[in-house]
Amino acid sequence: MSTAVTKSAPSTKVLIRPQRGMVGLNFRELWNFRELIVFLTWRDILVRYKQTLLGGGWAILQPLLQMLLLNLLFGEVAGLPTGDVPRPLFTFAALLPWNLFSNAVSDASRSLVANRNMITKVYFPRIIVPLANVLSGVLDFAVAFLILVGMMIYYQFAPANLLLLPVYVLITLLTALGVGLWLAALNVHYRDVKYIIPFLTQFWMLASPIAYEASSIFERLPQQWQWLYALNPLVGVVEGFRQALLGVPVYSENMLWVSLASASVMLVSGLMYFRSMERTFADVV
Amino acid sequence: MSYAIRVEGLGKQYRLGGSQQAYSTLGERLGAAVTWPVRLLKGELRERAETVWALRDVTFDVKQGQVLGVVGRNGAGKSTLLKILSRVTDPTTGFAEINGRVGSLLEVGTGFHPELSGRENIFLNGAVLGMQRREIAKKFDEIVEFAGVDKFIDTAVKHYSSGMYLRLAFSVAAHLEPEILVVDEVLAVGDAEFQRKCLGKMSDVAAAGRTVLFVSHNMSAILRLTEECIVMERGQLAFRAPTREAVDYYMSSSFQKNGERTWAADEVPADAAPFAPVALRVKDPSGSVVETAQSRQPLEIEFEYTLAQPIQGLRVGIYLQSMRGEVILTSFDTDDPVAFEKHGTREAGRYVSRATIPADFLNEGQYLLGVNASAFRVRRYFWDERALAFTVDAMGAPGMHWPEPRQGFVRPQLAWTIDRVGAA
Repeated sequence: MSTAVTKSAPSTKVLIRPQRGMVGLNFRELWNFRELIVFLTWRDILVRYKQTLLGGGWAILQPLLQMLLLNLLFGEVAGLPTGDVPRPLFTFAALLPWNLFSNAVSDASRSLVANRNMITKVYFPRIIVPLANVLSGVLDFAVAFLILVGMMIYYQFAPANLLLLPVYVLITLLTALGVGLWLAALNVHYRDVKYIIPFLTQFWMLASPIAYEASSIFERLPQQWQWLYALNPLVGVVEGFRQALLGVPVYSENMLWVSLASASVMLVSGLMYFRSMERTFADVV
Repeated sequence: MSYAIRVEGLGKQYRLGGSQQAYSTLGERLGAAVTWPVRLLKGELRERAETVWALRDVTFDVKQGQVLGVVGRNGAGKSTLLKILSRVTDPTTGFAEINGRVGSLLEVGTGFHPELSGRENIFLNGAVLGMQRREIAKKFDEIVEFAGVDKFIDTAVKHYSSGMYLRLAFSVAAHLEPEILVVDEVLAVGDAEFQRKCLGKMSDVAAAGRTVLFVSHNMSAILRLTEECIVMERGQLAFRAPTREAVDYYMSSSFQKNGERTWAADEVPADAAPFAPVALRVKDPSGSVVETAQSRQPLEIEFEYTLAQPIQGLRVGIYLQSMRGEVILTSFDTDDPVAFEKHGTREAGRYVSRATIPADFLNEGQYLLGVNASAFRVRRYFWDERALAFTVDAMGAPGMHWPEPRQGFVRPQLAWTIDRVGAA
């Protein structure tokens, strides 16, 4: 038993020493821990709806109820336009990336504290914990996506340009990871983050064109200040989703690039901050 | 012979959490306001500049295939050393060089999720400990059998008894077959039967020629499993010698015997806050501190401590142990539900928890007192299993007219009757 293992386990030499300053992301190490990423993602999925009455049904019910509520408020009450698209499709196509994003951010930001017993006892690249949380949201996204497909069949809407959709999904995930990394690392030191998150997501949702057209905001802004609105990566993502799925033209392609740039800044800064704080997690969390 | 572990000048400094900083001058205030965002991001807002060295200038090496014991009191730096060696936390100074895959048994049950089944948890925990899926699948049956939970393998572990849970957790960790095994006080869990199994597993690992770093308070296990030991004292390596010599050194130096043990501020581990032990005393019925108590008299144990902040659900207790570390009894000051209710939250302040060990209870001999302050399943603030040793004199106790040592830890006055129930 033991001899077999000595052969299979590769000899590794590790030097442990104080680390200072900026540290890059160690992709090779992440690759070595790929199974842990898979397992933790799988755990988060398994656990998500345990001991609930409806189980996975929540993945269907949640976005539907959200859509109904938003339609009631912004459609029936406020009467905002949705262009040529039926309101349910218009809202639901935006809720897809929004829920992926907001669930990932709030799960990821709690993840380090929730897994403190692992972090204080075993070594692994800490980024795996929030990363797994972000990835596990993809399943809910897929379920919601199927609902949208059903709705599109019902309304006889053909998708416009599906090729770009995976790109927008990826941007959503990476933005969520960037924001989640910031909040997760801050949450280790300040549990205030827990109380900020509900406000943050509420505010962020209103600042994203979920229940209204992005153009309605863009048009109210002077030309030279329009980029300010596009700094919210979700503006670009939601516009992209509506274009890819429903054929709604984007307000301006330049604004997509602004959103992409802003998403990149969030991701890179999140990674850098997380990595520089990583070594204190076990001592403070 | 090559080294499995080489440690040089290793040190770890912890920042002590505390009250807000006070700024006296306007300049300081302005400076603080300017640097506020930076300190916010560095997580330094809640902390004072006060620091402690949990580990200081530790240098040693472990040869490939060696079984090295690590002994020392709580707060001596053992756990910090293990945490650095298993890469959980970074050292502040020095370095450690490690040749080979490190597995540690200090993380028993890490990553276990109560809602998942035993089967799912085995895979999850294995992955957390760095095993490959194929490796886990291969050893799956062995793990289940070792833990003895085969009937419940598809039940959520939240329905397990605490014993089953620990056995399964240990079993996964024990089947991780690293080149260097780090073991921290795992023998404190489980029943005697399971502990025997664990010790057996560890000697297997050692016999297979792998390197083991073994931390324990259980001197008989240390003596049985290791040939050489290092003794840690206040974050420093105090002594390194063949095990027998090292254990003697540790036993003679590591606790006070004058009936009172006091804690200086720098002896209290940083993570105990807001709890801080002050003193542990053994007193006779007249209230004087004694090194030797009388078996025929009640004996008062007094634990004095301070709380810097209120603590909810605190329980402060003692372990009474033999000199070999076998626990004779455990008792907490809120064992009585009424007392627990009444002291649900203890405000900040200085406290004394007292317990009386009744007369006619302990046999003659030497005993060890350990202390513990914790909130059940929430947090263990402080514990020291070897806080104080004291002696019991059996003068006047039952059976003293026979000048022979009597076996056992207790020596109660049992109500014997002798009746003649018939003719021969």
